[in-house]
Amino acid sequence: MTAELFVWWMLALVAIASAVMVVSAKNPVHSVLFLILCFFNTAGMFVLAGAEFLAMILVVVYVGAVAVLFLFVVMMLDINFVRLREGFLNYLPVGALVGLVLLAELVLVGATWALKEPGPGVAVAEGIDNTRALGRLLYTEHFVVFQIAGLILLVAIVGAIALTLRQRVGVKRQDVARQVHRRPEETVTLVRVETGKGV
Amino acid sequence: MAELFASTIWPVLLLVLRILGIVVPLLLAVAYLTYAERKIIAAMQLRQGPMVVGPYGLLQPLADGLKLFVKETVIPTGANKVVFILAPMITFILALVGWAVIPFGEGLVLADINVGVLYLFAVSSLGVYGIIMAGWASNSRYAFLGALRSSAQMVSYEIAIGFIIISVLISAGSLNLSEIVRAQQEQGWYVFWHFPMFVLFLVAILAETNRHPFDLPEDEASLVTGYNVEYSSMTFALFFLGEYANMILMSAITSVLFLGGWLPPLAIWPLTAIPGPLWLILKICLVLFVFVWARATLPRYRYDQLMRLGWKVLLPLSLAWVVLTAGVVVAFRTAPA
Repeated sequence: MTAELFVWWMLALVAIASAVMVVSAKNPVHSVLFLILCFFNTAGMFVLAGAEFLAMILVVVYVGAVAVLFLFVVMMLDINFVRLREGFLNYLPVGALVGLVLLAELVLVGATWALKEPGPGVAVAEGIDNTRALGRLLYTEHFVVFQIAGLILLVAIVGAIALTLRQRVGVKRQDVARQVHRRPEETVTLVRVETGKGV
Repeated sequence: MAELFASTIWPVLLLVLRILGIVVPLLLAVAYLTYAERKIIAAMQLRQGPMVVGPYGLLQPLADGLKLFVKETVIPTGANKVVFILAPMITFILALVGWAVIPFGEGLVLADINVGVLYLFAVSSLGVYGIIMAGWASNSRYAFLGALRSSAQMVSYEIAIGFIIISVLISAGSLNLSEIVRAQQEQGWYVFWHFPMFVLFLVAILAETNRHPFDLPEDEASLVTGYNVEYSSMTFALFFLGEYANMILMSAITSVLFLGGWLPPLAIWPLTAIPGPLWLILKICLVLFVFVWARATLPRYRYDQLMRLGWKVLLPLSLAWVVLTAGVVVAFRTAPA
């Protein structure tokens, strides 16, 4: 137990330290790398809390996909590091305000949670791993909400495609089906060129 | 003191020994995979392959390793030093940690966790970081282009891999790799039930490990060697080891998901006498042969063709197969509760 607690605190401290570094790192790419470290430590804390499914999904979705795209974009940006640092103090009050509001909200949520009567809560039967428990809840009790969330995501995808898709005319595209169906006799003609004359 | 030894030190020591028991044979396997690759490709191209160092060139991998050890480590002046050195380490470590959940036999697994498949998926999706960090930290255009190609490619093919794995999960009803093998004992190997997905998975793991014909990230003709062009000596060796260890890991995943893991092909006497881990190794070798075979046979894809294959062929096919599998499982009520 003590070893587990020690690991928990270590993960928590590294998570907070890397979160601070995300904001204060000079190089934006380093910021993203620290963000990934932060995600990782959070995943470790999930594992220690017994939520191994959430931990793995956090790593797969956020670290494996979302942060890769972040990194991708940040690396491509042409950023002047010196100019980037100049605005730091100007933005500090706004940042601090947002941080304070978030902190206050978190404290409020935590306080109400602590004061609330312990309700029926999570009644997970023995011997059911949390992947299965989550699946059952999502596909039975919260089925409609789950489907609506999926629909919203679908709309977001369609919207993103509609916004970025532009039909360009005159672009030569490879059409695999047409290529496969081409016969030599349709495309190739044998020409006997006489000496001294062009085709 | 004796109590401390029994409660803490001994289990930790045992764990370290078990980890070494996986890692040391794995590194040997990596060394001889390079040898096997050269020999197989040589045979396919009617050459002899390495023949000089040792009998039949058997000591060639050791000589290569020694050569890489004694070379100078060069760090480019414009490089971001910490990230530059971190990148090959990440690649190598990620290629090793996946082995923690691979079941070598009944109960023969380092960590028998319930989300084993997700763990493997997470590890393989992290593999892109080693490459993208290397490409960026090198501060070289070729390396950066290789890294960009690689990250787009790996993220694209992961989606198809995810859907293929989901088909297997629906059939097995578990995320635990040992359970998936046991389910195949009852239902028959999934290579028969999910044969189209098996083929798709082989294609997708070729792309995921950046191997031929999808080795665009290190396309030597247009990018020199892509993301690792600035690396030398041990840092290069770590990339190399990581790439080959990843190939073996992906082969092991294929064997566990589709080829019945440690199970013999038929449960009859002479086949059951061979121990389970040996069967797994044989199956891994079979899939590795396909890797090498593809390298010797197929020309490299163009980048837009690669993207089209991932998004317009593998993704819709695997998604359709998930729907089909789920439909069959529900219709025949074979789903575990």
